Amino acid sequence: MRLAFFGGIYNNYLALDFAIRDAKQRGVDAIYCLGDMGAFGPHPDRVFPLLHEHNVHCIQGNYDNSIGNELNDCQCGYTDPRDNYFAEISYAYTLQNTSPENRTFLKNLPTEIRFDFGEHRVLLCHGSPRRMNEFLWQSTCSTHFLETLADEHEADIILATHTGIKWHRKLSEGRHFVNVGVLGRPENDGTALVWYTLLEQASSADGPVLEFIPVEYDYRRLAAEMASENLPDEFIQTVHSGWWTTCLEVLPGKERAAGKF
Amino acid sequence: MTHAADTPGVSLHHLDQLWFQVAGTLCNLTCDHCFISCSPQNDSFGFLSLEQVRKRLQESVALGVKEYYFTGGEPFLNREMVEILEETLQYGPATVLTNGTVLKDEWLNRLRAAANASLFSLEFRVSVDGFSPETNDPIRGAGTFDRAMRGVVRLVDHGFLPIITAARTWADTEETAVVNQFVDTLKKAGYSRPRLKILPTLQLGAEENRTHGYREDERVTAEMLQDFDVDHLICSHSRIVTDRGVYVCPILIEADDARLGESLDDSLDDFKLAHGACFTCYQYGAICSNSSHQLTQPPERAS
Repeated sequence: MRLAFFGGIYNNYLALDFAIRDAKQRGVDAIYCLGDMGAFGPHPDRVFPLLHEHNVHCIQGNYDNSIGNELNDCQCGYTDPRDNYFAEISYAYTLQNTSPENRTFLKNLPTEIRFDFGEHRVLLCHGSPRRMNEFLWQSTCSTHFLETLADEHEADIILATHTGIKWHRKLSEGRHFVNVGVLGRPENDGTALVWYTLLEQASSADGPVLEFIPVEYDYRRLAAEMASENLPDEFIQTVHSGWWTTCLEVLPGKERAAGKF
Repeated sequence: MTHAADTPGVSLHHLDQLWFQVAGTLCNLTCDHCFISCSPQNDSFGFLSLEQVRKRLQESVALGVKEYYFTGGEPFLNREMVEILEETLQYGPATVLTNGTVLKDEWLNRLRAAANASLFSLEFRVSVDGFSPETNDPIRGAGTFDRAMRGVVRLVDHGFLPIITAARTWADTEETAVVNQFVDTLKKAGYSRPRLKILPTLQLGAEENRTHGYREDERVTAEMLQDFDVDHLICSHSRIVTDRGVYVCPILIEADDARLGESLDDSLDDFKLAHGACFTCYQYGAICSNSSHQLTQPPERAS
């Protein structure tokens, strides 16, 4: 059994298309998306036909909850005025360009998915098992905190997204916490790559095998389409350079120091 | 302390943040607005030893504490502060609230090495109160602005990105101009990508004399908590360890009813929101945290 997990798509239908084809070539049995279909990129409605055509199992992120319910804010949880300024631009664009049918689809998505993977109980959530828009960064989560989440939410493998940067922590008793990364934008590492996650049953007794998969999609085309849609130059710069230029103030010190801005 | 009949209580949902009053109320500065009136002479709370901190760190594992905060007073007056942070970084993320005036290269070299070796972030929050000596020093003392700026540069030189924290001692209408001016000041001082955190003032301690205390009607009522997400109140996710026991939050250590017990395990009960400071927490969210707890009231529908 081999499964693929996508994090935030942020309107990046080009990366989504590439990732779906890549995952299928790797022989996955199912594909899951952990929410936040919109934000940041161009042409929101181009994401949904791909999700439907390839039977991607989706849960609701905070962006989806906001777009689906036509709220006036993305609920991303920014506190800095500059971060919020850019968040408002991409939210207004996405809300305006998401069809009523797709808003209804987002509104009706489940907020978590659970299933068994061999002997492991898997829990898919957007931010954290306890809050859709909670940021769980690698450098601000003690291991015993993650153990508590696994205990309290009765899961052996928790998969989440929301922060935009992938990471993985092994827990006790063969349990795992995984941030699957995002397809929507690069992860502040100076490359144009975006990432998804593969989970596979191992033949040995070592438990499931986890692998982060880089996605080399046509980022130049995405950037050109963003420019033609008049999206901010700051976003386009990130698509090219891989360095975040916005949403910086939510980053903890370690993750912030690893970036350029 | 007795509570009004309608004073609502808040239960601890999960102990996300464990604070340590690591320098007690001892500080090398005597700021005019300090909410617990810290000073070189105020030893009503004393230093925590490494051994005392270690005991609570060990206790915190079973409770699933997410991150650790250190405050005072001035934490770096505690001679064991570097060892305390080194040990904490083996457990989880650590944030230390400092006035930035007593930092030494030798300590920062050690802490740089400890932060590099840890999975977790080590954050420094440096407190100032104005963006020039003319605005800062009347509140925090002569020469403290320049000393704090030297501390900030020293942290940056050691690869840290300190969060400069200022209490809002200016009018709301001046905020943008004041913040922009400060960012310029920090960049000129050598901090190219400054991180800022602006806090409301708390009408407690020395600030009560500088301006005024809380009015009697500035209290949280049960009615105010209807449809309100209590997760952004610090008492729903934090406790603070002092040398006199475990208290509900860093703001209220001088309130009798805020002492909840000796150990963490016996400090997990509900807390009554009976104080003016609870009103500030209600208004602004858990201002003491770095930024991880946000207001999460559902936004209104777009018009």
